[in-house]
Amino acid sequence: MPLALVHARYQLLEIIRIPVAVVGSAFFPAAAMLFFVVPFAGDDPTGATYATAAMVTFATMSANIFQYGVGVAEDRDQPWNPYTRTLPAGPAPRLAGRILAGLVLTYLSMVPVVVIAAVATAARVTVAQFLIGLAAVAVISVPFTLLGLAIGYSLPSKAAIVVAQVLFFPLAFGGGLLSAPDQAPGFVRAVAPYLPTRGAVELMWAAVTDWRPDPRALVMLVVWVVALAAVAGWAYRRDEGRRFR
Amino acid sequence: MILARAEQVSRRYGEVLALDRVDLTVRAGELVGLLGPNGAGKSTLINLLVGLRRPTAGRVELLGGDPRDPASRRQLGVTPQETGLPGTLRVGEVVDFVSAHFPDPVPRGELLDRFGLADQVRRQTGGLSGGQRRRLAVALAFVGRPRLVVLDEPTTGLDVEARHALWDAIRGFHADGGTVLLSSHYLEEVEALAQRVMVIGQGRVLADDSVAAIRGIVGVRRVSLVADDLPALPGVVATERVDGRVHLLTTDADQLVRDLVTAGVAFRDLEVRPTSLEEAFLAITADARPAPTPA
Repeated sequence: MPLALVHARYQLLEIIRIPVAVVGSAFFPAAAMLFFVVPFAGDDPTGATYATAAMVTFATMSANIFQYGVGVAEDRDQPWNPYTRTLPAGPAPRLAGRILAGLVLTYLSMVPVVVIAAVATAARVTVAQFLIGLAAVAVISVPFTLLGLAIGYSLPSKAAIVVAQVLFFPLAFGGGLLSAPDQAPGFVRAVAPYLPTRGAVELMWAAVTDWRPDPRALVMLVVWVVALAAVAGWAYRRDEGRRFR
Repeated sequence: MILARAEQVSRRYGEVLALDRVDLTVRAGELVGLLGPNGAGKSTLINLLVGLRRPTAGRVELLGGDPRDPASRRQLGVTPQETGLPGTLRVGEVVDFVSAHFPDPVPRGELLDRFGLADQVRRQTGGLSGGQRRRLAVALAFVGRPRLVVLDEPTTGLDVEARHALWDAIRGFHADGGTVLLSSHYLEEVEALAQRVMVIGQGRVLADDSVAAIRGIVGVRRVSLVADDLPALPGVVATERVDGRVHLLTTDADQLVRDLVTAGVAFRDLEVRPTSLEEAFLAITADARPAPTPA
């Protein structure tokens, strides 16, 4: 078995032995779905589909930011982490394993959203749209994975939890994930294109509906990916485990 | 053949200079003890040698390469600290995970047998006793059939029996040609295992020699006697009172006895004995501390 898969397997084993951790990232988007989408947009096929895609983006974002931001920071606190860095393997298999495990959990965390959408709303997609949507989830995971890694490798775990929590709501709201595409409040419309969440949700909408994404938001998404990759890479290289002064 | 080397290595954490121009050489087949109190810089030196941290100045070399290059670590075995095992993973899973990194690992059953953990293979590491966890941690250093094993305080927190069992495993590895670098603040441990000792205090190498030579260099003697009052005596590096006896550690026992006599101290039951490494060590590190104010 390649080392990346070995690392992914043990990451998942550790998480699955504490199942509440998986429930955590699935809960918020599922609750938002039940409280906001089902009562207000549930009967309108178009509105419900857009709202579901937005909640899937929300779930992707929160699963990734928390998993990598908090998960990496907590791992760095554990003496096991420096031990694994003495094993004869570079950072690549560990990082690849982490990202594979992260992707599995991201898909798991959106199962409730998709089930609620299918059962309790009029949201509908074709099989092709569903498959493109699945692929789109992997694509939009990229900026949030990088954001999580940047947080996790640059902050101690207690700070990482706070930063992840402080970031994720404004990103969701400001990016227009909690409002229909053309009904967002004015200031959200003004800032949204410059947030990574907007580009991500535009891609999701384009994948599962006939939405034409805003090019400005997509360009900004690419800018975000490049910038976050640079920060995450820098934070990883300067990391030598937790430092005490 | 040199397996690990540090040349004029310094490491700074912010304001604190944790290591100050340290030299260390570990040759194939040696069993070297790294001795020093907590905070002396032992773990920092080990972290540099196994590639976890970069030196601020100087050069480290592991198995002929840079320790930060994974290829240099293929024949290295390291022990995680006991608290660091992932608690939800089973013993067998932890061994398999580490094994996956090496081309020719020791079979799981054989390794666990050697460390008396064969019955624990299905247990989560979080449920092991402290001694079992420690044994598993040390066992992991041997999974990849290493040439050099680096053990950072391997028996901290173990009872006597478990400690002796681990010592046997370490001695067995060394007897088969393995090389060991072992840090400890248990002097008994270094005395029992090592041939060569390097004493570190406040980031500097205080001594690097054979166990016997270290004792010889310092030549600390224990002068013990029964006396009510003692004047301030020159050349005494430590004083303790146990069960009515006063124990004085000194580098010059003859002079101390002369001083006691000249000072007219009313003493009886005088004894002069050579010291343990622990006492020698105390004497060496005493020089690195601020001088005590005279009484």
